Amino acid sequence: MRKKWNHLRKVSLTFAVVVGLSAVLWGCSGGTKESTAETGNTSTEEQSQTIRLVAANHPWTEAIKPLLPEFEKETGIKVKVDSYFEDQLSQKTSVEFAANAKSIDVVMFRPLQDGKQFEKNGYFATLNDYVSKEKSSTDDFIPSALGSVKKGDNLYGFPVVTESTVLYYRKDILDEAGLTPPTTLDELKEQAEQLSDPDNGLYGFVARGKRSPAVTQFSSFLYSHGADFMKDGKATLNTPEAIDAFEYYGGMLKDYGPPGTLNMSWPEAMAVFTQGKAVFYTDASALYTNATDPSKSNVADKVGFAPFPAGPGGNHVAAPPAWAVAIGANSEKKDAAWEFVKWATSKDIVLKLQKTGITGALTSVWESPEGTEKFPKDLAEAIVTNNKYGIPYDRPAIVNVGAARDAIGDVINAAIEGKDVKAEAEEANKAFQDILDKE
Amino acid sequence: MSYWFDKHVKWIYPLPAVLFVALMMVFPIGYTFWLSFNEWSMSNVAPPLWVAFENYKELFADELFRQSLWTTFYFTFIAVAVQTVLGVLLALLLNAHFIGKGIVKTLFLLPMVATPVAIGLVWVLIYEPNVGVANIFLQVMGLPAQEWLASPDLVLPSLIIIDVWEWTPMIALIVLAGLVSLPKDPYEAAIVDGANRFQIFWKITLPLLQPTIYSAVLLRLIDALKTFDIIYATTQGGPGTSSQTLNIYGYVLGFQYFQLGKASALLMVFFAIVLALSILVIFLRKKVGVSI
Repeated sequence: MRKKWNHLRKVSLTFAVVVGLSAVLWGCSGGTKESTAETGNTSTEEQSQTIRLVAANHPWTEAIKPLLPEFEKETGIKVKVDSYFEDQLSQKTSVEFAANAKSIDVVMFRPLQDGKQFEKNGYFATLNDYVSKEKSSTDDFIPSALGSVKKGDNLYGFPVVTESTVLYYRKDILDEAGLTPPTTLDELKEQAEQLSDPDNGLYGFVARGKRSPAVTQFSSFLYSHGADFMKDGKATLNTPEAIDAFEYYGGMLKDYGPPGTLNMSWPEAMAVFTQGKAVFYTDASALYTNATDPSKSNVADKVGFAPFPAGPGGNHVAAPPAWAVAIGANSEKKDAAWEFVKWATSKDIVLKLQKTGITGALTSVWESPEGTEKFPKDLAEAIVTNNKYGIPYDRPAIVNVGAARDAIGDVINAAIEGKDVKAEAEEANKAFQDILDKE
Repeated sequence: MSYWFDKHVKWIYPLPAVLFVALMMVFPIGYTFWLSFNEWSMSNVAPPLWVAFENYKELFADELFRQSLWTTFYFTFIAVAVQTVLGVLLALLLNAHFIGKGIVKTLFLLPMVATPVAIGLVWVLIYEPNVGVANIFLQVMGLPAQEWLASPDLVLPSLIIIDVWEWTPMIALIVLAGLVSLPKDPYEAAIVDGANRFQIFWKITLPLLQPTIYSAVLLRLIDALKTFDIIYATTQGGPGTSSQTLNIYGYVLGFQYFQLGKASALLMVFFAIVLALSILVIFLRKKVGVSI
């Protein structure tokens, strides 16, 4: 079916070219005035080519919007940006793609959340041909970040935002207590216990507790306890190390967390931290501007950053690409879309974006002093340290991520509620294994 | 031509309506029914695969399905019961004569005309455990603060409060319409016979109002069973799965797990439940109608 379509498309394209050429030729022979009119028309058509970028409501999108006129001036390609909230974005794009819509030229997606599913369904155009024409264009990407937008040799996207789990802490409170930022999870627990003061509305630790959103930030706790989601296709949520990790994370939120953590994704947890109600907070580095921007944060000048503390299993932290861009498989303007992708991931633009605080995916930018100047010094150091121990995924790298996240989230919730974590982990492990078996 | 038209006129006039129903109702339901016997993950590479009753089997073995079934009924029946009692009381109050009655009636419409998602967001703020009004209110009354939507035990009652807040006025308005149209004679007779106010309410007003109340309850029951918007806007079925109703679970299965077959099977079961309940209520109402 697909071949037939491609064939049809080729035939119709040839037909269009023939008709167009003959029209031009006819114009030439007909008269000079008409011929200039014809060529004039085609060139403005090219100039006014518009591509549609379907993106998330994300700092990356906000930062690239003001740069778009540059791109339009350079290439004559206009970019129309449609942006949605994260979950709406995956639903919107999957529905549009499933309907074979041609309307998506460039799409912003989460490689770990939707990548496998979209790739498996053939929603993305392959970028290999474009890349092989310009040989050096992928060399500069952080390898682990690029690895998650590939299937075998098939490259289907370019990472644009990377992140890792960092420790946000209150410098003023730690200074006053004469403490240095914790370097191990044990120290984190001790300090959280020492500084927690619920009667005065100060909680030792806050992080995501909501079922599915919690999983990506819990993953670093899991890895540093020496555990993982799965090993060789077998679910490993019920290993003693994993259960320790669940109990640690849930226990921290239960004992030192604010009320209502079961319903907290990052906006809620971040709000608790930025209202000055929490001492420690672990979440993605990419969110740091919410904490350091005085218009959003009551504690903007008191926020410190540290690498993710080492656990009993050593130093491990999730450091995956958070967002990538790809070209829609059914787009009729793939060349223009490629021009945009190439431009948006070029060193020049990535550096400009990184200067506004977007954590990019290019090694050379991270290594240049300009690339890190915009970041708080301790944050840049924490990210560089994290990247050393980075694990390129923060949730199970499978197709049916949503169901797996919910299963894992159930154990996190049970741990926060102080229920039997071991029983819950056994159950979740079974559910997760079922998901793995079906893939 | 005109002869043909005249001959078939009884078919031609309803045709647009029939087409509309076919297109907007029969087709989607039929398609969902067909899909419920297939396994399909909305992929355009792998076509739907016929699995017969596998989805239904899987569904009834699924503990989450049973849990959401229970949640759905718990939410619906408690919410509608509270609304009905409050709605009738409100209607009786509104039926009395007082100054500014028109304004009060208009104000009662407000929760019904507001966008459910906006209502959800407002209540999220009200219920926020750290800064929300609900906890401030409790503390003023000397009661301990609650976690409301974030507590697995409290989330359903909290959602029921929102639903009651939103829909009690509708029951009140319907009952009020019924009250206004009640005959006067039985009341005059009762007063002559020396009945007190409670007796008049219990023996005359309530029986006469019964058909109206049944209609209101039927409308609300079907609506409450299908509640999606406020739950999704406030908790998305959380914390965990504590407020996951059938509708939310269907949405999760379909649009988050992409198990469209299983989701369709769930929706068919749900459809059958709503249909059965509607038929039951209509049947009961007819029975009561005869006995009056």
